[in-house]
Amino acid sequence: MPELKIGDLLVSLYDILGWSLSLLGLHSSAVSVLQKIVSGFVLANFVMLTPIFTIWVERKVAGRFQDRLGPNRVGPFGLFQSFADIVKLVIKEDITPAGADKVVFNIGPVLAVMSVVGIWAVIPFASTMVGTDMNVGILYSVAVGAIGTLAIMMGGWASNNKYALLGAFRTVSQLVSYEVPMIIALLVPTMLAGSMRMNAIVAEQQVWFVVAAPLAMLIFLISSIAEVGRAPFDLLEAESEIVAGFHVEYTGMKFGVWMLAEFVHAFTISALAAVVFFGGWRGPLAEQYPLLGVVYFLIKTYIIYLFLLWIRVTLPRVRIDQMNNLNWKFLVPLSLAVLVVTALVDKAVPVGASLGVRSLVLFLANVALILVSISLLAGFSRKLQASENISVDSG
Amino acid sequence: MEAVSAAQIIFIVVALLTVATTFLVVTVRNLIHAALWLVATLFGIAVIFVLLDAGFMATVQIVLYIGAIAILIVFAVMLTRRVMQDVGPQSNENWWLGTIVAAVFFAAISTLLWSIRWPALPGAVVGDTVLALGRSLVDPNQYVIPFEVASVMLIIALIGSITLALPGKQSE
Amino acid sequence: MSSEWIFVGIFLILAIIFAIIPLVLSRVVAPRKPHELKHQTYECGMETVGDTWIQFKAQYYIFSLVFVIFDVEIVFLFPWAVAYKQLPFFAVVEGVLFILILAGGLVYVWRKGALDWV
Repeated sequence: MPELKIGDLLVSLYDILGWSLSLLGLHSSAVSVLQKIVSGFVLANFVMLTPIFTIWVERKVAGRFQDRLGPNRVGPFGLFQSFADIVKLVIKEDITPAGADKVVFNIGPVLAVMSVVGIWAVIPFASTMVGTDMNVGILYSVAVGAIGTLAIMMGGWASNNKYALLGAFRTVSQLVSYEVPMIIALLVPTMLAGSMRMNAIVAEQQVWFVVAAPLAMLIFLISSIAEVGRAPFDLLEAESEIVAGFHVEYTGMKFGVWMLAEFVHAFTISALAAVVFFGGWRGPLAEQYPLLGVVYFLIKTYIIYLFLLWIRVTLPRVRIDQMNNLNWKFLVPLSLAVLVVTALVDKAVPVGASLGVRSLVLFLANVALILVSISLLAGFSRKLQASENISVDSG
Repeated sequence: MEAVSAAQIIFIVVALLTVATTFLVVTVRNLIHAALWLVATLFGIAVIFVLLDAGFMATVQIVLYIGAIAILIVFAVMLTRRVMQDVGPQSNENWWLGTIVAAVFFAAISTLLWSIRWPALPGAVVGDTVLALGRSLVDPNQYVIPFEVASVMLIIALIGSITLALPGKQSE
Repeated sequence: MSSEWIFVGIFLILAIIFAIIPLVLSRVVAPRKPHELKHQTYECGMETVGDTWIQFKAQYYIFSLVFVIFDVEIVFLFPWAVAYKQLPFFAVVEGVLFILILAGGLVYVWRKGALDWV
């Protein structure tokens, strides 16, 4: 019987499960498949049940930001509000509009959930706790996320509603546009770690990559918010323009599943950012006691999540032309510049230099880039103001 | 031996599904449905890449073909067609010519595949395949020229497609 | 096929099942009282005029064209980024050249005005 270690509880349980299954006389490959099913089941449960808590956090914190109380009736501090909402959604009548393409209409939300939950297969909770540590981890997270774009397209098209279709168009053009800077930003940590393996990326972060690549982190966060479609990038469901966008015809639990996908996605990008830029499970004693690593990882994820929430409740919605300009005329060139500068500067640092020195040099290079781009932006805004003044005078 | 046969069963199922969805792509009347079946086909090909232990190719297949090109096709259908339902006949009067050409082509390729003496596999690749790919892409003795040419060709494709798709200034 | 991908396959299937469970649950529990008015397409209480699946602005198409090209180029760069640490300086410069050609494409599209939302 494998020994039970508290510091590595889940792995021990995994081994014990395999051991007890093999006692039943199962073949070793059948045992490993069953182990995978059970661990996948646990992981999927964690991911799908997290929104019950994060939705409460979100409503409570957003309430405080807006000088309200937030949910406070159901249970202590309104903690059970989400359960009440789930019950409400489940017992609501589900209406499929006439003229909708029923099969595609139903596949849409399911695919959306699959695409965001699928990302968690590669996210390391601790040095030993990761669904699967494949050698294309980062690219896999992008690939599975890309299926979500298709899901929204399907949902919007199948609704047979002009608002929904318009919302789907906006969404897809936004999602594909912001995928470009997001992937370029992910290239930087890949380059610094020399691997696309999530756990290798965490292991390389004796100095968190946010020090060596602060700009890549910012670009990743901004474009990820756009990928989730939250404020300030929520023009895909702008109530005042296109009612609710691609999910206007969805009712009851089907609508709930779309919302679930969105909340899971928001939590997922926080986790991705924590893993790729903030050292994931790294922290004091985390390597000896992987269970402690899980705690560090979750703390970091929740801090980033709260930061995203802060942005969400603070900034107003951008217009569609601003959304496009911000991406193609600012984030994409900037991310390409970050990539080139990081590649050249990191090679220019002498081979023997310590990791701290290397990170510091990269940090300074990033600061220089920030200064250059700020001065460019300032010049641009002066020019814009001057031209506006002229047009006002002549008009 | 058992693991091999399991992989083979998965391969046969996936290959049959891929061919079936390909068949649906060309027979379905609704253009968006055809595009969605194409996505299923592309996904099946990604699974086949996985079965070949080419994880990088599989993810690239999904990122590029499902995430980008399928979206582009759906957009192209939605933005250029007034109707989604194809009402005309599915084939024109030259269908027999097409059939003959396809049959000859199929026969030629299959005889070619059968006649080739495939080199024995040198065993599984040792180490990180993505790493090896990255090194060979920029190695002057290997693929650096195709690598740079690919970038130039993509720019040409970009310029060409923009020139075609962008509405002319004078026409407005 | 390595065991990593078996887990991914199992996990994606589990994710689909987990997404279907609430839908099935709602189908069992929720009331169903169909009515003609309920099934109308939502359009602020008005009857929808004309076909829904109509032609849209071609601008969306241009953005997705640009996106496809960039996506292909970036994916090419991933193996280079993985190998980066072991590459000599000139090999890194080759990669940078690749990125600069890509940036040239961006400049072209920008000057051409294809990135302006009209």
